[in-house]
Amino acid sequence: MVTTVQDSSAHVVRGPATTAPPPTARRRKGPASRHNDTWIAWLLVAPAILGFGVFFAYPMLRGVYLSFTEFHILSPPVWTGLRNIQELINDGRFWHSLGVTAYFVVLTTILGVGISLLTAVVLHRLNVNTTIRGLMILPFLISGVVTALVWTWMLDPQLGIVNQLITWIFGEPIKFFGSDAWAVPTLAALNVWKSMGYNAVLIFAGLQTIPVSIYEAGRIDGASEFQMFRSLTLPLLRPILVMVVILNVISATQIFDIVQVSTKGGPADASLVLQMYIYDKAFGQFDFGYAATMSLALFLLLVAVTFTQMRMARASESDTN
Amino acid sequence: MTTSMRLGRGLAWSYIIVILLVTIFPFYWILRTALSNNFAMSTDPSSLLPVHFTWGPFKRALGLATPAEAALENGSGAKIDLALALWNSIVYAGILTLCTVVFSALAAYAFARLRWRGRDLVFGILLTALMVPSVFTLLPNFVLMKDLGLLNTFGGMILPGAFFSAFNIFFLRQFMLGLSHEVEEAAIIDGAGPLRVCFRIVLPMSVAPMATLTLLQFISTWNDYFWPLLVTNDESVRPLTLALAVFKQSSPQASLDWAGLMAATLVAALPMLLLFVVFGRRLVNSIGFTGIK
Repeated sequence: MVTTVQDSSAHVVRGPATTAPPPTARRRKGPASRHNDTWIAWLLVAPAILGFGVFFAYPMLRGVYLSFTEFHILSPPVWTGLRNIQELINDGRFWHSLGVTAYFVVLTTILGVGISLLTAVVLHRLNVNTTIRGLMILPFLISGVVTALVWTWMLDPQLGIVNQLITWIFGEPIKFFGSDAWAVPTLAALNVWKSMGYNAVLIFAGLQTIPVSIYEAGRIDGASEFQMFRSLTLPLLRPILVMVVILNVISATQIFDIVQVSTKGGPADASLVLQMYIYDKAFGQFDFGYAATMSLALFLLLVAVTFTQMRMARASESDTN
Repeated sequence: MTTSMRLGRGLAWSYIIVILLVTIFPFYWILRTALSNNFAMSTDPSSLLPVHFTWGPFKRALGLATPAEAALENGSGAKIDLALALWNSIVYAGILTLCTVVFSALAAYAFARLRWRGRDLVFGILLTALMVPSVFTLLPNFVLMKDLGLLNTFGGMILPGAFFSAFNIFFLRQFMLGLSHEVEEAAIIDGAGPLRVCFRIVLPMSVAPMATLTLLQFISTWNDYFWPLLVTNDESVRPLTLALAVFKQSSPQASLDWAGLMAATLVAALPMLLLFVVFGRRLVNSIGFTGIK
């Protein structure tokens, strides 16, 4: 009895193949009376409810309220109705930062998911061991700050090793973080570097759930590697790909640490992502009301984007069932 | 094996090797730079080995070098109290992780194994937090911490994340739903109450997923930057991520002590690398699992 339980626990954690929990056994009304469960249940969830109420629900409502106020932290907020929203609509810098964020999100998502997918498929076809997959998630373990520091050093126009190589080939270095054109693509590349392994491992786990027999059947029918990828792997992988894309979009939209450490939004606002602008408004100019309005806008934007993606992709179903 | 298949395998392997190189090279570069002399490095920036091998940068990073020694290797005057920042990170990530995993496990047990009125409603409400990105609650939470007078304290850093994590509750509940009821029912027949069942049976059975969550939570808290940036500006509670960024930003770009900074970076990343060596396999598998579910 106990051993079966341990087996199943080992399975659930290790093997993605058994992820769907077995249907819960219908709970019989136990012989012991359970009328006192309610109190204990509330006791057990009390810390979570407290945390939810105080540090999530209340701040959220307060955030909405602050969006409609003039608030400079030292004096109490003053209700100003729609003035912040008017300001937002006329704020060129806001729209610019929205554009920068969108550019960053599109670059990281397309590049990141593309490379991760390719890597996962190659890893899967070569049947590599866990060690190699493990090495690939190394960047996931370190902070955005460390990522930004190392790459700032490696991409340094004078002394950076990457620019040494570039100078040697093309004759002159590239100012990755210091030029308008390169700043955002460079940040996107850093983000891809940091998240690629993690995404590849996620997709890899999805690939492992596809039965091998499907590929054997495909091979017998004379399908080429590429045909099998297009008409077997991709459709079967769709739910997990959709999830990876959504997770990437959500986290990329909120990008902050690597930008703040490497470019601080510069040069001349070229990499001013929205979160950077919000931070600057709140803690550089102490305009908390307006910063809250922008957070609200960012939040609504994320909700809209996520729902659109889910609808477009019908995330819950794979193409086969 | 046909030639084309062999060619395909060769291509595939070269691709993997390139990806691995790009992934790992920066880590090597941190080490190489951290063992170099700043003066020498500017004359020979493309050397793949440490330039004028020295432990100086590590000494500077750990505050063991005298100013004269530092000047000799063009180290910066900017100070970073790495030992203190390391301790702060351990306290911050350690306590937060411990609290959030324990409280999530208790709540998950109540949601998965007990029957009570309002259970599904409460669970549904808590889950809405999964949909809301942290950006939206960060600013008001900062204002709350300021009102409570908790800026620049561990309390201010830890409290918001300590009690509630929608993802952790969801993840553990999902696991606990799948546990067999037989042991539990035997215990109930023997007269054990729900608390006893929780602590003696269900939680011990859930050690594996709790360990996974502990690992993931610890990594993400250790690496967190934005929240500590908001609530701390004092060295006494500043965690590593922040200390590194401040160190970089407080020195002018031209005379930045790269060797010292990379040594500090390595020390900061070391606990994560250690976790990786010990738990790497579990981590790879758990990422796969958390993703699919």
